[in-house]
This record gives sequence, structure tokens and C-alpha cells, in this order.
Amino acid sequence: MEFKDYYKIMGVARDASQEDIKRAYRKLARKYHPDVSKERNAEERFKELGEAYEVLKDPEKRAAYDQIATGHQHGERFTPPPDWAFDFNVGGGGFTGGDTTGFSDFFDSLFGRNTGRRRQAGRSGWSGPLSGHDQYANIHISLEEAFSGGTQTVALAVPEIDAQGRLTNKTRTLNVMIPKGIKEGQRIRLSGQGGPGLQGGTAGDLYLEIRYKPHRFFHAEGADIALELPVTPWEAALGQAVTVPTLGGKVELKLPPNSQSGQKLRLKGRGLPGKPPGDQLVTLRIVTPEAATVEAKALYKKMAEIMPMNPRAYMGV
Amino acid sequence: MTNETLIISSGIVLDETVNLSLADVCEACRINAESIFEMVNEGIIDPEGSEPMNWRFNTIALKRLQTALHLQRDLGVNLAGAALALDLLEELEALRRRLTEHATPHE
Repeated sequence: MEFKDYYKIMGVARDASQEDIKRAYRKLARKYHPDVSKERNAEERFKELGEAYEVLKDPEKRAAYDQIATGHQHGERFTPPPDWAFDFNVGGGGFTGGDTTGFSDFFDSLFGRNTGRRRQAGRSGWSGPLSGHDQYANIHISLEEAFSGGTQTVALAVPEIDAQGRLTNKTRTLNVMIPKGIKEGQRIRLSGQGGPGLQGGTAGDLYLEIRYKPHRFFHAEGADIALELPVTPWEAALGQAVTVPTLGGKVELKLPPNSQSGQKLRLKGRGLPGKPPGDQLVTLRIVTPEAATVEAKALYKKMAEIMPMNPRAYMGV
Repeated sequence: MTNETLIISSGIVLDETVNLSLADVCEACRINAESIFEMVNEGIIDPEGSEPMNWRFNTIALKRLQTALHLQRDLGVNLAGAALALDLLEELEALRRRLTEHATPHE
């Protein structure tokens, strides 16, 4: 297993005071809290932080950690000393709530497995069934996948209880049905697929939140799909029919004559499926052809002669 | 770490058609009704219906509740602090959405 430098994780010096550690934890916890943070790996960082704080906030555990930590670098291979035994003090309690599920093997090897649960039970003096924790994860899907639905594979680290009654982390792969037309931010709740219960307690639930991957030219606004459509001046002026991509395939769109850049057109029911389905919102963007040749330049000059206009008239210039 | 594959056909999609009773919400969040009353009084969630017996919560309320509970548990904020954080997070999310709408790449 890898050695974890808890001081490095928390960004504090080895001789930091308990106050400094608490302050560093609170600051980083706000930064990486999975409900707040948009940082990549926020969840992982938050867990790592919780683990580091669990050790460093407790002077006993910190002293024990310091004893073995000298001479080790973050990330290097580590095996606990053969005579290692940490006398776990039941009833520590504190700010993080002391749930150690999801902590690293490194933590487990030093401070024991299952300690969080044991302490939870110990603190309340109650040894009855404990229900498992709810788990939260994001699924990133493309707009095409949101449009057509299907199954998505999700890999999750799930704490499980092995034959010896210890908590271990398992990778569990779930195939989840994504219904057609699911919107960004919507969640799928899988009952009983979260953390396991203890002593006959029910398992927690798993919440999967839908996130859309960025698309090259579409973006979703609820069930509507927005698209900026480049058109030529003659298509816009003459009101020609143009081919438009939609999530469901190509469609023909007849532009109104004399369309302008920025004008919005609505393709009813061509957005994400649902009851009612969303629309596709098309914003026109007129692209002017380059005056690259003598003929093209002459044509532009001719246009200026035949159709003189001052688009800045309203500015008084 | 061991691997195992589990086939799941589907879960419940928490969309706008879903609404939950007080008992459903208590069960989903594993908290008692008293805690929900406090959240309602703080304005964190605003159920439909006049009496707690008839309260209906939408899935946005469920998510706000769960986030408030996480913020309380993990960051030690009080209810008023959680309410403020939730409102600011919602505003931030809306601004981020607008930003991506304006940043649609041209080809």
C-alpha cells in the first residue's frame, strides 16, 4: 500500500498546532466539499482530507502516526511495522462524525477497520441495526445518450463486509437504465444500492445525478436543445430551406424571408423526448462569404449600389 | 479490491412528476419529522400543502434537504448557514449555465 502524508494532504507543517490543523481542515473541507465544489476529484480529495483530519485532530492518533511517519514520503510503498498496534480509544467523537468507510487501506492498516462504525454504535450506546449510508455519484452522458436512452455502466467503490466481518472496499459495476429524455441535474435513485447496513440494518440508497458532456454544437436548456445555425446571406434573405441537424436526425427548415442574424426559430418537439417533448431552438448566424476574387468584390460593390443600407442609422451615425 | 458485476434494470428517476410525503422524505433522508419542520421554518424547503399531513415535496426539495444535511454534517454549518449556502449554490449553478450557453464554440 502507499504511504499517506497526512500533513501534505492538509497543507500544514509537521509541527502545526491543533488549531492550525483544524483551521486548515475547515478551509479545505469547504473548498472540496462534493456538494459545493466543481473541482475535479473533489469527492476523492474530500475523503482524503477527512482521513487526514481523522488522524491529525486526535493527539493520540497523531502521535502514533508521527512515530511511523518519519522517513516516509507521500505515495511511497509502505508496510506497517510488525509490532504495530494502535489502542483505539472508543468514543473519540468530533467534527467529521467519524465515519471511516471509504478511508484508505493505509488508514485501515494503522488504525483498524470498522472503527467508525464501532464508534458510532459505541457513542450512542446502541448496538441495534445500523442502516447503510446513501451514496452519491454523477453520471456523465452525451446529449445523444440523453435523447435515445440506454444503459450506462457505473463503477463505484462500495464498502462491503467480508466473511470476517470487516469492512473492505469493493469495486461494483452497475448497469443503469437511462430513460429517454433524462435532463441534466435529474437524479436516479437506486434503493438499497448504497452502503451496506450493519447488524441487520437496511442498505443505503444510491443517487446518480445526470451530467451532460459538452456537445460540439448543441446545448440543452431544460428539455429544449439550443443550436446556433450558420446560414448564408442569400439563404437568410430569400428564405430558403436549409438542412438542420437535430438529435433525432436531419430536418429541413424553411427560413422566413429576410431573416437576420440572431433571429430565433423553434423546431417544435425536436428537443429531448418527454411529455411534452422539448423543442429545438435555432439561432441564426449569417456568415458572409469572403470577397476573395475580383468577381466577388465586384458583386459586393454591385450589392452596395443596388441595396444601399446603413445598419448604424439608429446610432445616429 | 474485488470486482463483481450486478445487473440493474432501472431505478426511480427523480423528475418533476415525483412528489413525496413527509414520511417519504423522512425515510429517504433518515431523519425525523422534527428536523424537517426546522428546515421548513428556516425556509430551506417549501412544501406544497397547508398541513404537515398533506405536505408534498418535489425532488428539488429532496436534493436541497440532503445537501443541507451534508453541509451540516461535514462543515459544521448551522441551518441558517446551510440555507444561505444553498441559495448561493443555486445562483452559481444558474450563472455557470448561462456562461456555457454563451461559450458555445463556433466552427
